This record gives sequence, structure tokens and C-alpha cells, in this order.
Amino acid sequence: MRAFLLSRLSQSLVLLVIVSIIGFVILNLTPGGPLAQHGLAPGMTQADIDRIQEQLGLNRPLWIQYLDWAWRLLQGDWGRSFRDGTSVTTVIGRHLFATLLLMGTSTAIAIAIGTWIGIRGATHRYSLFDYLATIGAMVALSIPTFWFGLVGIYIFSLRLGWVPAGNMYTIGDGSVLNFLHHLILPSIVLSLVHVAVWSRYMRTATLDVISQDFVKTARAKGLSERRVLMKHVVGNALLPMITLAGMQLPSILTGALVTETVFTWPGMGRLFLDSLGYSDYPVVMGLLMFSAVLVVLGNLIADIVVAVVDPRIRLA
Amino acid sequence: MTVLVAHAVPSRWWHSRATQRFMHHRLALLGLAMITSLTLACVFGPYLLPYDSLYIDLRARFAPPLTGNHYLGTDPLGRDVAARLLMAGRISLLVGFCAMLLSTLIGTLVGVIAGYRGGWIGAALMRTVDGFLSYPSIFLVLALAAVLKPTPAMIVVIIAATKWMEVARIVEAEVRSLREREFVQAGRMLGLSGAHIMFREILPNAMGPIIVAATLTVARAILLEAYISFLGYGIQPPLPSWGNMLNGAQQYLASAPWLAIIPGAAITIAVTSFNFIGDGLRDALDVRDDRV
Repeated sequence: MRAFLLSRLSQSLVLLVIVSIIGFVILNLTPGGPLAQHGLAPGMTQADIDRIQEQLGLNRPLWIQYLDWAWRLLQGDWGRSFRDGTSVTTVIGRHLFATLLLMGTSTAIAIAIGTWIGIRGATHRYSLFDYLATIGAMVALSIPTFWFGLVGIYIFSLRLGWVPAGNMYTIGDGSVLNFLHHLILPSIVLSLVHVAVWSRYMRTATLDVISQDFVKTARAKGLSERRVLMKHVVGNALLPMITLAGMQLPSILTGALVTETVFTWPGMGRLFLDSLGYSDYPVVMGLLMFSAVLVVLGNLIADIVVAVVDPRIRLA
Repeated sequence: MTVLVAHAVPSRWWHSRATQRFMHHRLALLGLAMITSLTLACVFGPYLLPYDSLYIDLRARFAPPLTGNHYLGTDPLGRDVAARLLMAGRISLLVGFCAMLLSTLIGTLVGVIAGYRGGWIGAALMRTVDGFLSYPSIFLVLALAAVLKPTPAMIVVIIAATKWMEVARIVEAEVRSLREREFVQAGRMLGLSGAHIMFREILPNAMGPIIVAATLTVARAILLEAYISFLGYGIQPPLPSWGNMLNGAQQYLASAPWLAIIPGAAITIAVTSFNFIGDGLRDALDVRDDRV
């Protein structure tokens, strides 16, 4: 276990270094580089810009600038927002909760529905249900999330009036119930793609498990098909799904950004777009780096969880 | 005897087993039919419609579908939605296709070199792939699109820059498994150059997975273009794209829902088609891949 943890940790560290290099290259692609806001200020002469460059150390070799930047990231100094001077970490922290809640809820929905569809598809292979689930998954993967959101708003908020069309709360009503009411539609919209992915993987995983000897043994023992499924198949089939949950993080974050925009949900995705609109590059860069770090850590945690649950992996 | 004669005819690609299998894949054929009709409609349709996509008629604003000759209605400026939809289709399909070409090219190049060379070059390339994959693609694309000038060509480059990794991974795995095969060793013994072995000997044997990945990449590229154009950082008006037609649609959702529903349906149809075709190709070319 210890060797596994160490090798997995070092892999993640290497990945974080590469991720930060990519981020640094993108930062230097921004117009005017890190000096963008000064370059736009009126009355700024070339001499002023040179002086600021000198002060900020922007005339040093790139790799020293990179090390300096990365060191500050490590210390938690992610820069300050151009908009109001609050530190980037504070700004992200304020929006993190809303996004995590949305992502968590929709992942729970995706797991519940996707697992059910996947198992049923595997146990009733080549049935009408299986066939429709296969086609349905491919179509679901092809629907743009924002469009699904718009159609959802049109039908369920504007036409039927069942759920609100956006925001996290009705103004003046901060109750949990009100919040949950606002959460329903966006989390369903965000879960669509993941129900599709989850159900396909679950079907494959279940089929893999069903064909194994211990399942035959369980049947031979005379266990009912239901007990074989619940006790022997589902648990084993769900194991690789933990890894999948980690791998799906980037696409959930992508979906969250779009969903938050359509539903004016005050999360990281909306913050990212707002900051882009204001050319608030420190926040944009901060969110870019933060999302990548979240993905790397998410995958690491998923792998560790699998290793804890499944001894075969850490012994291998 | 007739049987022998039939076998003597040199086999063509349309006689191959892969083609036969593809032709029996009903979903793939449906996808092929849908995308062909959609492409033909986008190429020739605008000449057949009574309105130009840029013709503004303020008296006919917000006409619902099937009003007079506005088969799909009009937008807030009174422009014909059908004409705009087809013109937008040209852009969206072209951007998706070009982004696929470029990203497949990059991915194949990286994958072949990483898989064949191996060692620290291979490791460095593949860790870079992992690094790019750690970024949620839309964050990366939006950040790039916001700082670079969003011309259609630049959008293609940006999408390709964030979609090449999957092809690279597939090709790398494929090349790595082919590297030690006899025909490659024979090539080395004959003194062929590394480039010749990589691209003329190994690559043709890895075409199946590349073709499948490329088809699915078209689908993803069209979706990504739609996402960023919807958010206002992709194709810029007056040039229409399916994504940017949806850009202002949300504010008219209650009064003019067709403005949102129609372009989104076009995107879904196009992307579904490519996903169906990709699925058929995967079965036909016998590519082992558990992904959807």
C-alpha cells in the first residue's frame, strides 16, 4: 500500500508541475502578458511600462519568472482580482461551494440512474431496453448541455411553472427548501451526459463481472438471481466506477460552467465567464489552474479509494 | 469455375469485410444519411430559399415558423432563421471538420513519435498529454479564445489545441504494441530510416483506431464550437454559427422559443450523426475500445 501511495503521489506531483507549465505558457499568451491592466491605463508611457516590468521582475529569464510564479502559487498567493483587489483565492472560495453542490447533486443523480440502466442493460442484453439505452446514450452525449438547459427551462419553468428558471434562491427567501427547488433543474441538466457515460461503463463492467467464475459459483450454490446480482455482481462492477468518477471530473466541470451560465448559478463557471468579460486575467488564470489542480487531486483520491477498497490493486 | 473467376478479381475497398460490416450497421447508415442530407442542405439550400441570411426585415421580426415563406420563422432583426441556419451550418460543420483534421494530425504525430521512440521523449510527450487532459476543455478554450483574435481559423486552431490528446493516446498505445512486430524489425534490418518506419510501415497499420477517433473528434469539435460561440467567445457575428445563433436566444425564450430550439436541434442532429458513424466504424474496423 505504501509503495502504491508513494508512486501514485509522485505521479500526481509530476502532473501538477506539467499542468502549471501549461498554465504559465497560457498566462504569457494574454495580450500584454501579466501587464495587461497597466498597458491599458491612460497616460502610460513606454518608460512607465519598463519601470513596472523591472519592479515586477518581468525582464528576467522566463524560467526564473516561472519558478517565482509557481512558488507564489504554492504559498497560496494566487494574485489579486483586477476588479476589486480581493485575493483570487478568496474570490474562488466564495464561488466554490455553489459549484461543488451542483456537481455533487448531479453526480449523485448520474450514478443512481446510470448504474440502474447499466445493470439492466447488461442483465437484459440485446433486449429492447438495452438497444434503446445504447442509442439514448449516444444521443444524450450529442446534446449540447446549454441547449438541453434552455429546453428544460422552456418546458418546466416557462410552460409548466414547476421549477424556477435560474438563480440559487428567490430573493428574500433563504430557506433550504427554496434552494433545493432551484437546484432540481440545473442538476438534472448537468447529469444528462454523465448518466449516458455512466450507464455505458456500468454495462461493460457488469458484463465483465457476470462472466466470471465466482458468479457461476454463486449461482451453482443455488442463490437466487437477485441475490447473486446484489451481493456478487453490483459491488464488483461498481469498483472501476470509482476511477471513472475521477476521470469524469474535467467534463463535469465543463458542463458545470455551461449549466451555471444558463441558470445564472453563482458558481465557479459563472465567475470564470464574468472574469473573462472584465478581462480579469488573475481570476481567469486562477480558475484555470484551480480546475486543473482539482482534476489531478480528484483522480488521485479516486485511485486511493479504489486501492483501499480493492486489495488486488495495491498488491499488484 | 465462376467462383474462382470471382475471386480472381482484385479486391476493392468496397468489397472489404470492413465495408460490408459497416453497411450492415443500421445506426451508422442512419448517421451517414443524416449528415449527408444536412451537409447538402447547408451547401445548396441557401440558393433555394427565398431570403438571404443577412436580409433584415424589421417589419417581420419574431415571425414564428411557417409564417409565409419564413419556414423556420425570423429572428429579432427579422432575418430568416432557415437561411441563417443553413449558412451557420456551413461554418459549424467546416470548423468541426478542420479542427478534426488539425487535431488528428497533431495527435497522430505526437502519438507515433512517443510510441516509437519511447524512453524519456515518449514519457515527456505522454505526460504533456496528461497535463492537457487535466484541464476541463472549455476553461482552456475560453481562456485562449478570449486572448487570441477569434477568427474562424483561430477557433479551429484553439479547438484542435485542446482536442488532440485523445488521438495521441490511442496512437501511442497502438504504435507501442506494433513496435516490436516482425515487419518493423525487418524494416530496421533493411536499414530504413526511423521516419520511414514510423510513418510508412507502422502508421498504416494503426489507421483503424485513428479513423474512429477522428470521426468522434468531429462530433466533439462541433459541440465545443457550439459551446464557445453560445458563450460569445467563438465565431463572431455577423458570421452565423449554430452556437452563436443560440447566443441571444435565452432572453427570447418565452416569446420566441424557436430561436433556441431550432439551432440546438441542428447541432444535436449533426453531432449524433458523427457519433453513430463513429460507432459503426468502430465495429466495422474491429477497434477494441470500451468508451462510448
